[in-house]
Amino acid sequence: MSDAVRETVEALYRNESRRVFATLVRLLGDFEVAEEALHDAFRAALEQWPAEGVPDNPRAWLVSTGRFKAIDGIRRRARYDTLDDEQVEAIAAEEPPEVEPIEDDRLRLIFTCCHPALAADAQVALTLREVCGLKTEEIAAAFLTPAPTLAQRIVRAKGKIRDARIPYEVPAGPELAARLDNVLRVIYLVFNEGYSASSGESHTRADLSQEAIRLGRLLIGLLPEPEAIGLLALMLLQESRRAARTSPAGDIIVLEEQDRSLWNRALVEEGIPLVERALGSRRFGAYSVQAAIAAVHAEAPTVAGTDWAQIVALYDVLLEIEPSPIVELNRAVAVGMRDGPAAGLGLVDRILARGDLADYHLAHAARADLCRRLDRAAEARRSYEAALKLARQEPERRFLQRRLAALSISPPPVRPVKQPDFKEKAP
Amino acid sequence: MKYLCLVYGEEKALAGMADEHCVDYDERIRASGHCIASEALQPVATATTVRVRNGKVSVTDGPFAETKEILAGFYLIEARDLNEAIQVASRIPPAAVGSVEVRPIRPIREAVSSRRPEIRAESMTPSASPGTR
Repeated sequence: MSDAVRETVEALYRNESRRVFATLVRLLGDFEVAEEALHDAFRAALEQWPAEGVPDNPRAWLVSTGRFKAIDGIRRRARYDTLDDEQVEAIAAEEPPEVEPIEDDRLRLIFTCCHPALAADAQVALTLREVCGLKTEEIAAAFLTPAPTLAQRIVRAKGKIRDARIPYEVPAGPELAARLDNVLRVIYLVFNEGYSASSGESHTRADLSQEAIRLGRLLIGLLPEPEAIGLLALMLLQESRRAARTSPAGDIIVLEEQDRSLWNRALVEEGIPLVERALGSRRFGAYSVQAAIAAVHAEAPTVAGTDWAQIVALYDVLLEIEPSPIVELNRAVAVGMRDGPAAGLGLVDRILARGDLADYHLAHAARADLCRRLDRAAEARRSYEAALKLARQEPERRFLQRRLAALSISPPPVRPVKQPDFKEKAP
Repeated sequence: MKYLCLVYGEEKALAGMADEHCVDYDERIRASGHCIASEALQPVATATTVRVRNGKVSVTDGPFAETKEILAGFYLIEARDLNEAIQVASRIPPAAVGSVEVRPIRPIREAVSSRRPEIRAESMTPSASPGTR
């Protein structure tokens, strides 16, 4: 019997504790007090439920017990600290509050944790800690940050929420769009941290992508804005390729060489209707268009069978929404697939000549690739070498080295002895 | 909750703003009830920095820190929370050419008086506020 109650409490903790926490933050107005109240409430459940039975509405029970314990605690402390007098009476005097956790509380929590007045890295850490319920040590491990540094970041952010009075609310009206952008940026940052070629242990980082997708699902359940839907679709479609994009040894496998049977169809099938929903709204933005591009890939049986014309058209839309040299580069690569490598190379060279992406390794890698396809091995080599000089991630460096080695299989071109070039040495 | 909005900017850019424009906003924010106090400052060339070291007063010309963006004025405002303070700050005209630092006011008098219970009752009455002594 007692074991069954314990299991119930543990399951509630896993599935409901963040919901209860979000409501407690609203009722108590303070993260630390709410966290303590949450733990007190679960402790009380473990003590009382075996004898009294599990209440009809355990969530509401946990919220009202947590609130009661917190007020009790503040009252006790208030005897020593007169400043808290008014605070505690204000909280206690509130009409018996709506203790049934409401989903809006979780949305409030997301917007508070992703408030742009908080440091960018603190927004990420706070969201994972307070909304997702990850432990500080888990977040620190995933971001390869020492745990004390991360804990400090969270403490500082909570201090600012309290002292600068960052409100616990979902912004309304014209502010909502800008604030939602920031929430989406934080979620996508978490996703990419878990998705980009890992420099840490791959499993902990994959968990970050899972966490981001979970956040994305939660968000569209609470606030089905087109770009939130588009971002979730984008994450699902990128995630669907996870098993195909690296070899068991951790080497990068580029899209054209991926075994498409490894793509996760369930994620693709969840993602594609979301893309359609986002695009159908006609209020979509950059995430939705990127998701649409990912969807074209997801639906293509092979590289050759990919609708490159469609992809180029989508990049044109993306450039209009969010002009950037990186989007231009991606468009150039797509043009290279639609019209042949010479057309792509012309565009890439024009972008590089402008100097915007001169330090971006993937620009040189893309150029190298187009040269390779044009059988211009010497040029390809120079560009791969330029990319290698700029690349930081180990798997990316190995990939570029493999490409360079593959070029060497054909006899190396005779190269003139390089004369010292003083112009190149200028900083 | 009180916030101090510190208006910063490059002197040249700020000099390019019409005073009428700024005063117009000032009148509106005062009418809105958000504004407790507000002033514009003379150019940074008029600034004097005062320090006391070992009981001796030292006076030097110029601001405390040499930066491109200088303090040009301030608004002490009353706002419900940081979101409202940000809204008010974003409408201060120089925000368009410089920047506005929004800092919550630390209730230092309340904190000190709560640590000194014997004078607490006294400081609670409005007439005994430090400003009137």
